[in-house]
Amino acid sequence: MTPLLLSAYTATTCLGRGLDATREALRVGRSGLVPCAFETVQLATWIGEVAAVDAEKLPEALAAYDCRNNRLTQMGLETDGFADRVREAIARYGKARVGVFLGTSTAGILQTELAYRRRAPETGALPDDFHYRTTHNSFSLAEFTRDYFGLEGMAMAISTACSSSAKVFAAAARQLELGTIDAAIVGGVDTLCLTTLYGFASLQLTSALPCRPYDEARNGISVGEGAAFALLERCERPATGSVLLLGTGESSDAYHMSSPHPEGLGAKMAMEAALRSAGLGAADIDYINLHGTSTPANDAAEGKAVSALFGNTVPCSSTKGATGHTLGAAGAVEAIICALTLTDGFLPGSPGTENVDPAIPIDYLLKTRDGKVKRALTNSFGFGGSNCSLILGVAK
Amino acid sequence: MSRPLTAWIEGIGFLAPGLPDWLTARAVLRGETPLTAAPSVLPAPSILPPAERRRASRVVKLTLAVGLEAAAHAGADVATLATVFSASGADGHNCHALCEQLATDDRQISPTRFHNSVHNAAAGYWGIATGAMASCQVICAYDASFGAGLIDALGQVVLDRQPTLLIAYDSEYPEPLFAKRPVPDVAGVALLLTPERSERSLASISVTPSSASAEPLADAELEALRVSIPALRALPLLQKLARGEAGEICLDYLPPMQLKVDIRLC
Repeated sequence: MTPLLLSAYTATTCLGRGLDATREALRVGRSGLVPCAFETVQLATWIGEVAAVDAEKLPEALAAYDCRNNRLTQMGLETDGFADRVREAIARYGKARVGVFLGTSTAGILQTELAYRRRAPETGALPDDFHYRTTHNSFSLAEFTRDYFGLEGMAMAISTACSSSAKVFAAAARQLELGTIDAAIVGGVDTLCLTTLYGFASLQLTSALPCRPYDEARNGISVGEGAAFALLERCERPATGSVLLLGTGESSDAYHMSSPHPEGLGAKMAMEAALRSAGLGAADIDYINLHGTSTPANDAAEGKAVSALFGNTVPCSSTKGATGHTLGAAGAVEAIICALTLTDGFLPGSPGTENVDPAIPIDYLLKTRDGKVKRALTNSFGFGGSNCSLILGVAK
Repeated sequence: MSRPLTAWIEGIGFLAPGLPDWLTARAVLRGETPLTAAPSVLPAPSILPPAERRRASRVVKLTLAVGLEAAAHAGADVATLATVFSASGADGHNCHALCEQLATDDRQISPTRFHNSVHNAAAGYWGIATGAMASCQVICAYDASFGAGLIDALGQVVLDRQPTLLIAYDSEYPEPLFAKRPVPDVAGVALLLTPERSERSLASISVTPSSASAEPLADAELEALRVSIPALRALPLLQKLARGEAGEICLDYLPPMQLKVDIRLC
């Protein structure tokens, strides 16, 4: 593919709001995970909760969108000057030429979970103040973003569980390459809810401790939440040091709904496709941000795939010990973390991980270290066997 | 510098209330037989392994039915196809059951219900059933889901130069969500799109943005289906294909953006 410019980007997770909070936490190896005290949830698990989400007030005209997921969407958009950069792009290209491509796994389902506690005793009806379209529906965050900026062009939500907001980069890149749009707001937003917390617990995939990706004693994920966005544009002569999307790769496991292919076959195909799309070889990659959820099965399968393609020569880490697993937002969050490694010259370590699983022969980074990264690959895999790898690089 | 979103259609799959397959729908859209009001009929997904068949929900049966019909129509090997799924919602009955249980004191939900709750559940079962390891997209754009799926599928066909199966589908919620989102029944449309013309090609389509209005279907019952089930926003396109007519039509997409589709016959 023709490289695309990330002309603006931002990330908000439990590490804090924006790029500075994120880079500072990753530099010192700080984790944002805390014991779960979310809503009325009673589970022995740790979570990555974003501070002050519910203090966010939506514009009055967009009040029907009000829910935790759209509050975090707005919070993310209004961080690091991202919304201003979007408005500049709209002024440059027009309202119909800036597309919206956002990933989520559960959107505002929390709003529905809460509404089900307030059903009318006689009829069972949901309360009048519950708005399905603008909160529950998977498109709600994309429609909110489109309306927030008064856009009039194409928009879609991609919802492939935990690969959702990696795949938005691929979908937006296609439309930019075809010239059907001139800029794209890409990203992902997922927020804590009962469905995912109790759901992952039901599958025995949550850990009672902070998650420990790639540790020999890893025993599950820590659910997190996050909002991350990038503005993608074509750019013939990107300024030195700017961050580019170089390649995207997508595949399917065709194996199981909630377990990865044990040999990591689909994961390997996605990474190979991303390298092909970027016109690069394995030796061209300086850092891999792993999916690394900290479940025994995911890390073993992904480790096999990474080892088969890259051996043990490329430094890798999962940053989910810092951010938690932000599910549908993870792809975008980790793409932005890769952007920071490219611009700041460091390779993030893996808070929580103590003893790297000796059965996984890759160069796994426990501690953050300085290092020049020219090209980084990031993996995102989801339920249903949905895989996506992205390659980002820095312009010469 | 915009390149046209163009592809050839090699196969069509269809299922809607009173219209169990494309051949039946084709006759109705041609005006040869009247639409008989009836609930959608979902065939059993014999392609799934027994363990997965037991778990198969209505959306899984629906997407397998229309996707396999389109692939068979085109004589394509489903294991090789890239797919684009687009739906305004996931499995509504499963979603209701989860929300209902999470509102009680016993929140220990079933793990199967949880993994079936993802928007890409039908796509996941499609992969398991067909063995297709190519890229698989899963989109939601509320009422604009057909158009959004069409845009991404055409983008893949044009850039990746490979056949891509678009499966647009929707299903109903039970009450109390039904009152908030009254999709009346399941329905789905599948189009096998290819980058090159072949002896199997039925027509080519070229999609561009428009601000025109979609023309209502003359038949009131078909028009009621078009506006009540998002995937059936495709009906004006399917009517042209059924009648073997070339020309331009407009599909409802995302206001104010509409999609003009230029149809050329083979």
